Amino acid sequence: MLRYLGKRFLLILPTIFVPLILVFLLLRLSPGDPAGMMLGDQATAEQIAALRTQLGLDQPIFVQFLLWLKGIVTLDLGNSIFFREPVMQIIPRYAGVTILLTLVALTLAVLIGVSMGLISAMNRNKPIDRGVVTTAVLGISLPEFWFALLLIFLFAVTLRWFPVAGYNPPSAGIVAFAATIFMPAMALGVRQSALMTRMMRSSMLDVLNEPYITTARAQGLPESTVIGRYAMRTAAMPVITVAGLSAGYMLGGAVTIEIIFALPGLGRMLVEAVGRRDYPLVEGGVLTISLVLAVLNLAIDLIYAILDPRIRYQ
Amino acid sequence: MTAHIAPLPADLVSPQTERPTVLAVEDLGLSLRNADGLLPIVTDVSFSIREGEAVALVGESGCGKSITASAIMGIAPDNAVITGTITLNGKVISGLSPRDRRRLCGRHMGFIFQEPMTALHPTLSIGRQMTDTLRHNLGLSHGAATDRAAELLGRVGIPRARDILKGYVHELSGGMRQRVMIALAISCGPSLIIADEPTTALDVTIQAQVLDLLDDMRRELNLAMLFITHDLEVVGDFCEKAVVMYAGDVVERGLSADVVRAPAHPYARGLIDAVPAHDDGRTRLTPILGTVPPVGQWPEGCRFAPRCSRADGQCGTRPSLERHGPTDARCWHPLETMP
Repeated sequence: MLRYLGKRFLLILPTIFVPLILVFLLLRLSPGDPAGMMLGDQATAEQIAALRTQLGLDQPIFVQFLLWLKGIVTLDLGNSIFFREPVMQIIPRYAGVTILLTLVALTLAVLIGVSMGLISAMNRNKPIDRGVVTTAVLGISLPEFWFALLLIFLFAVTLRWFPVAGYNPPSAGIVAFAATIFMPAMALGVRQSALMTRMMRSSMLDVLNEPYITTARAQGLPESTVIGRYAMRTAAMPVITVAGLSAGYMLGGAVTIEIIFALPGLGRMLVEAVGRRDYPLVEGGVLTISLVLAVLNLAIDLIYAILDPRIRYQ
Repeated sequence: MTAHIAPLPADLVSPQTERPTVLAVEDLGLSLRNADGLLPIVTDVSFSIREGEAVALVGESGCGKSITASAIMGIAPDNAVITGTITLNGKVISGLSPRDRRRLCGRHMGFIFQEPMTALHPTLSIGRQMTDTLRHNLGLSHGAATDRAAELLGRVGIPRARDILKGYVHELSGGMRQRVMIALAISCGPSLIIADEPTTALDVTIQAQVLDLLDDMRRELNLAMLFITHDLEVVGDFCEKAVVMYAGDVVERGLSADVVRAPAHPYARGLIDAVPAHDDGRTRLTPILGTVPPVGQWPEGCRFAPRCSRADGQCGTRPSLERHGPTDARCWHPLETMP
C-alpha cells in the first residue's frame, strides 16, 4: 500500500512541474513588458530599464528560471509586480474561494451524476431512463457560461432566492455561503454531472450482468445490498476516474464562472495577473492549481486502492 | 452442521424406503417477452429430486439447461414468463412474489456457478461475501458469522481458513475458488444445491477433486442436487438420475445408468457416441451432424427430427414423453434397448 502510494506520488511530480515550465516560458516569450505596464505611457526608456534591472527581468531566461526554481524550493515565490506584496501572501486570499468552489461543484456533480445514473440503470429503457439520458446529452452540450446565465435568470432574477453575484466566505455563516456558492457550483458542475450520469449508468448496467451479482442474488441477499454494496463497489470505479478528470477541468473552468459570478477566486486573479504581465503572481497561481490538482489525484488514487485490493499489490 | 430445511408435512414423508422429494418441477415453460411477442426458450420440463439424490440435467450448450436452473432459483431475466409448477419441500414456490422467492435463495437453495473467478466478487474479501450471506440469512452476529465462515471453509478442505477469509478471489487458485463457491452455497443450510457446470472451467486434475467434494457434501448434508453438465461421463459416475434436454425440451429421462447404457432417444444415443471411451474399441467418434436449431427456429413436431437418421413423416407432429424400456423418451421411433 505504501509502496503504491509512493509510486503514485512520484508520478504526480511531472503534473506539477510541466505546466510550471510551460507557463514560465510562455509568459516570457509573449510580447508585453511588466516594467512598461507599471510605469505607464509617460515613462522614459531609462526608467523602464532601471525597473527591469530591479525586477531581475534583464537576466537571461535560464538564470531567471533557476532563480525562480530556487524560490519554489525555499517557499519564496517573490513579490507581485503589481501588488508589490509577496505572492505567498496574495495566493491564499484567492485560492480558498476556488478550492471551495471546485469541491462544492464536484460534490454536487458526483451526487447528481451517481443518483441519476443509478435511477437510469435501474429503470433501463423505461421512460424515466430515456428522460435522464436525454437530459444528460443536453447537459454535456451546454456551455457553462450559458448555463450560468440561465441559473442567474431563474434563481436570482425571477425567483430572487440567491444574489446575482458576489461571495460570502463560509465564515459569514453556512447559509450565506451556500447562497453565493450554489449557482456557481451548479454552473461549473452541470457538465461533469451529465458525464458522470452517463458513466454511472453504463458501468452499472455492465456490472449488473456480472456473474458475481447473480451469485449475490442467488445467496438471497436483498436487492438493496446487491446494488448498494456488490454492484456499486465495482461500478463506482469508472465514475471515480471521471471525478478526478472533472476536478482538473473544474479548476481550470472556474475562470469563466468566477468572472460571471464576481467571485474573488484564483481564476479571476490569474486572468487579471496575465493582463498585467505580473509574472510572479501568474506563476504562483499556476503552481497552486497544479498542487491542488496533484493532491486531488493522489486522493483519488488512494480511494482506488481502498476500493480495489488488486491495485494495492501491483 | 446445520439446522436446515423446514420440516416436511408428515404425509409427504413415506417411511424408510422413499426419501422425501425436495424439488419437483412440473411442465415448466419459460418464454422471453420481446418486441415481437413471446419467444419460447424452455417447454414442458418435468423432473423431481429426492433428498440426498443427484439429478443431472444434460445437453449441448443453448438447449435451455441454465435458464431452467435460473427459473427454479427465481433469478430468471426480468422479461421471462414462466409457466408450470415448481414445488420445494412440498411447498409450491412458482407463484410466489420475487421478494419471497429471493428469501428462499441461500436458506433453502444454494447455487454453484461455472466460473468461480467471475462468480465471486473481485473487490470484496472472501470473508465479507460469506458473512454477508450468513448474517442476512441466519441473522448471525459478525463474530458468529466469521466463525461459521471459517468452519465452512475448513469443511470444504481449505487450509488456513482465517487467512483465506481476509483474502480476495484473485489470490486463490481455480480449485480453491470453486471450494469457496461450494462453501458459500452450502453456508445457510439449503436442502437443494443447483450446480451449473461446476467443473467446466477447472483443470482436469482439479475437476475430480471438486466432484468428490460435491459428492461428499451431498452425502454428509443429505442434499438434493441438480447437476447441470454436458459431460456424460460425470453423469454416470455422479448422478442417480439424468434428464437430457434438447432445444428447450426434455427428450429423455431416467436412471442415469439406463440413460448412459441404453438410451431410447436418438439424440441421447448421439451424445453418448460423441464421447470418447477407453474400453469400447471404437477408433472414431461419431458426431451428431448439424447444430441445435436456434431459439425461435425450432421445427414443428420433434425438434431433433432435422438431425435424426430415424426421422420420417410422423416426426412432423410433436411426440410426448413416454416410457420406452427403462427410460422415458420423447420420440416416435425410440431405439430398442440393447441386450
